Amino acid sequence: MTPAVSPLRAVNDFVVKFANVNGSGSASANELFAKAILRMGVPVSPRNIFPSNIQGLPTWYEVRVTERGWLGRRGGVDLMVAMNPQTWDADIAEIEPGGYLFHDGSKPLPKSKFRDDITVIAVPLTELCNAAWEDPRQRQLFKNIMYVGALSALLDMDVATLEALVAEQYRGKEKLLPPNLKALHLGRDWALQNLACPIGLTVRRADAVGDRIFVEGNAAAALGCVYGGATVCAWYPITPSSSLAEAFQKYCQKYRVDEAGNARFAILQAEDEIASIGMVVGAGWNGARAFTATSGPGISLMNEFIGLAYFAEIPATIINVQRGGPSTGMPTRTQQSDVLACAYASHGDTRHVLLFPEDPHECFAFSAAALDLADRLQTPVFVMTDLDIGMNQRLCAPFEWGESRRYDRGKVMTAGDLESGREFARYKDVDGDGIPWRTWPGTHPDKGAYFTRGTSRNPQAQYSERGPDYVYNMERLLKKFDNAKSLVPQPVIVQSGPPARHGVIFYGSTSPAMAEAIELLAGQGIALDTLRVRAYPFPDTVRDFIEAHARVFVVEQNRDGQLRTLLVNEFDMDPARLVAVLHYDGTPITARFIAGAIADALAQSAAAAKTAQMENVA
Amino acid sequence: MTYLAKPRLHHPTLACNAIGFTRRDYEGKISTLCAGCGHDSISAAIIQACWELDIEPHRVAKLSGIGCSSKTPDYFLGQAHGFNTVHGRMPSVLTGANLANRELIYLGVSGDGDSASIGIGQFVHAIRRGVNMTYIVENNGVYGLTKGQFSATADQGSVSKKGVVNADSPLDMVTMALQLGATYVGRGFSGDKKQLVPLIKGALNHRGAAFLDVISPCVAFNNHAGSTRSYDWVREHNAAVNRLDVMPARAQIVADYAPGDTIDVEQHDGGVLRLHKLDAAWDPRDRIAALNLVQQRQARGELVTGLLFVDPQARDLHGHLGTVQQPLNTLSERELCPGTTALAKINTALR
Ligand SMILES: Cc1ncc(C[n+]2csc(CCOP(=O)(O)OP(=O)(O)O)c2C)c(N)n1
Ligand code: SF4
Ligand SMILES: [Mg+2]
Repeated sequence: MTPAVSPLRAVNDFVVKFANVNGSGSASANELFAKAILRMGVPVSPRNIFPSNIQGLPTWYEVRVTERGWLGRRGGVDLMVAMNPQTWDADIAEIEPGGYLFHDGSKPLPKSKFRDDITVIAVPLTELCNAAWEDPRQRQLFKNIMYVGALSALLDMDVATLEALVAEQYRGKEKLLPPNLKALHLGRDWALQNLACPIGLTVRRADAVGDRIFVEGNAAAALGCVYGGATVCAWYPITPSSSLAEAFQKYCQKYRVDEAGNARFAILQAEDEIASIGMVVGAGWNGARAFTATSGPGISLMNEFIGLAYFAEIPATIINVQRGGPSTGMPTRTQQSDVLACAYASHGDTRHVLLFPEDPHECFAFSAAALDLADRLQTPVFVMTDLDIGMNQRLCAPFEWGESRRYDRGKVMTAGDLESGREFARYKDVDGDGIPWRTWPGTHPDKGAYFTRGTSRNPQAQYSERGPDYVYNMERLLKKFDNAKSLVPQPVIVQSGPPARHGVIFYGSTSPAMAEAIELLAGQGIALDTLRVRAYPFPDTVRDFIEAHARVFVVEQNRDGQLRTLLVNEFDMDPARLVAVLHYDGTPITARFIAGAIADALAQSAAAAKTAQMENVA
Repeated sequence: MTYLAKPRLHHPTLACNAIGFTRRDYEGKISTLCAGCGHDSISAAIIQACWELDIEPHRVAKLSGIGCSSKTPDYFLGQAHGFNTVHGRMPSVLTGANLANRELIYLGVSGDGDSASIGIGQFVHAIRRGVNMTYIVENNGVYGLTKGQFSATADQGSVSKKGVVNADSPLDMVTMALQLGATYVGRGFSGDKKQLVPLIKGALNHRGAAFLDVISPCVAFNNHAGSTRSYDWVREHNAAVNRLDVMPARAQIVADYAPGDTIDVEQHDGGVLRLHKLDAAWDPRDRIAALNLVQQRQARGELVTGLLFVDPQARDLHGHLGTVQQPLNTLSERELCPGTTALAKINTALR
């Protein structure tokens, strides 16, 4: 078919989307495709779009090929690999005009099933597979790798790179290597012989990846917990956080088993999230570094314990891989909608430390940092990641660890300290930073024992319902929280050049889309300074940034502008200074969306200013 | 450097145990419970048991939920760390604490509301996991602290102080503990210290999930006619099956309990009938028999008290998880952090 619109042409800058059936074995083939491009030195940014289902429902894998390194979701599809008849119509409709459709041409389809403004590429995958294999399971499985082979010809990809990757994948299972390579070449050879290769979209070897690594945020956070010295992990399965606890198990098995085969870790799959946070609190109270990984509904269940840990001052690290809420919401889609639920979690007056990693590199760093901060501040610390970072492989800076780095276990009095006659008063501010000293159970026969409770007490940890005792404690907790401002990761400020009139605040997984949006806007003559919030409590630089700009856009992936609310509340600030830019349909935010929303808002206010001026004149 | 316990100077007439402590050294703050509350008698039994076992008080970690019963850890073992957690969730906190340091003795104290109502899930799963602990439920059939509402262990037909009749069937925590795989299960009565102290000692010595249901009348809300947990009622219905002299060595709990040994049985009138082991179709190492016995007696309106079941070979949660002997909370960067060379390799593998 010759399309009515001229076919798209692009080198190292396009979007391929795979439409598959969940459980058909496509995931590893799709990953192979993405990784091969990466190995050719061209950055990619893949995203899984999957249903809350194990087998049978549609699933998509979207790969943005981007030599410029824009790792946010772009939106739109240039090449659709349509392997799922169920979603055919919607998939076809999503292709950009001039785009390409790749499909299994074994069975002819009526013309009405296609569009006339796209290029249709049909490869008889089923036919080829049936001719090559007997076993129905193999026929299904090898279809996946076969389309990767065909795509390699169509996109002019380096076949040696693909072969090397397949060999890596089956290292140790060499028996499986030949049939996989056979399938790869069957697809590739058929395309080379029967189709005009390459098409308008091509991959060209480049040098734009550098030393970056390609990893999921959940695995990175789990590794951060291993490096950060977590010994106790208690969790309850919930998408999108489960793979974090599973990765922790995997890494511990590798790095935390002693010579005799004993585990230097304890992982418990609890009966629910109340129990998992309870276990973390118990372990933290008893001096072990402990964490849990969960998502929104789990946070809701943990609330009572979070308040106890805040008030009784017990270290706890909570990794919240956010998903769409409220309730079960969109369990397999991404959002940043637990900001307020975590910042003020539990009844009574509470405030909690939140860290906002932007990518797997920071998932690793912040998880380890959270364990230090929790011990230092003796309080729950949240690592606020999300599904977009957590469950997708993301290109990021390699993990870093200082050889001489030591864990900060915070203010813990040892038996020696107690023996030396140092005063111990569990809830007394002796150092002026609001952080008291603690002892671990079993430390000393007759010094340093105290009773931990969620009820009010005096500085000596004795039960007290006296107003002044309660107020002393609550004020001290506030002082401690204020102190945290200088301990948490500081915001990242990027000046556009000469001080811009407007600024943007964003956080977490919005990062890659934001970087690209800033460039799009600069192309339209709109200059913006940016501040990436990396933690709550907000350091004073955040306030300074807002005050230095006429207006500041706050870009978030939730409906209610939760970070904006937190900023207004914490800085007691005029809400009009902060303009919400909100994206919350469950898909990752795009540069196109951000740039469009900001450009529109600025155009509108410019128009409004003009009208006001004219009215003044009249 | 080790720090040995230094007993304070004592009145010469106070008896010392093998490590030089008097019973005083095992006491805590003055109780704030109602005078005559059964819970205080249980605290006294805990003190006695720890003293007799020569336990260093600071090697015990006391954990509880919320309720009158859960307040009591403040009233014993003043030199031990205690944790009054949240309502019904002591088991998870105790589990986490136990994971952090397997060397301490874990004593969980709870109420029937705490463990059989709001916290039944955590009770169930902590027992299933075989957490090495002594789990005591101070069972009065009511919510004492919130002023007398029924708990899930209240007997059907029992009447509250306000005249409400309980229509729901009761939970029996002993039966549940047996079914859930607890490796030491007993029932005691707060008013019968002679039986209770050895029961607690055996539980403290047991390596695994030890569960004790201790009937503990609430003088404020459960000691009136119509209640089924008042002292008089319980005394009448008490059927003590056995009385063990617990041996301190961990695995030895039932070692002396060979056929031919004598077992005391408390009668309805409070007197003691001495039973011969062979005489009863009863073996404390037989879980099924224990379950049957509890059910049969229950059908007769009687509460079986005593040590119902023990598995001397029990394994605990650390055994299941294969954790190192050294407490996890003492491991440092050296044992925990894989280091920069390993990280460089990880980075390479992710390219
Ligand atoms: C989440 C929560 N709900 C309710 C309460 C109120 N509350 C405190 S103690 C208690 C019942 C305690 O009963 P039980 O465990 O039997 O202890 P007792 O006082 O009878 O010894 C309740 C309902 C609470 N503290 N927390
Ligand atoms: S209310 Fe009942 S359970 Fe509570 S202290 Fe008084 S007697 Fe004991
Ligand atoms: Mg009760």
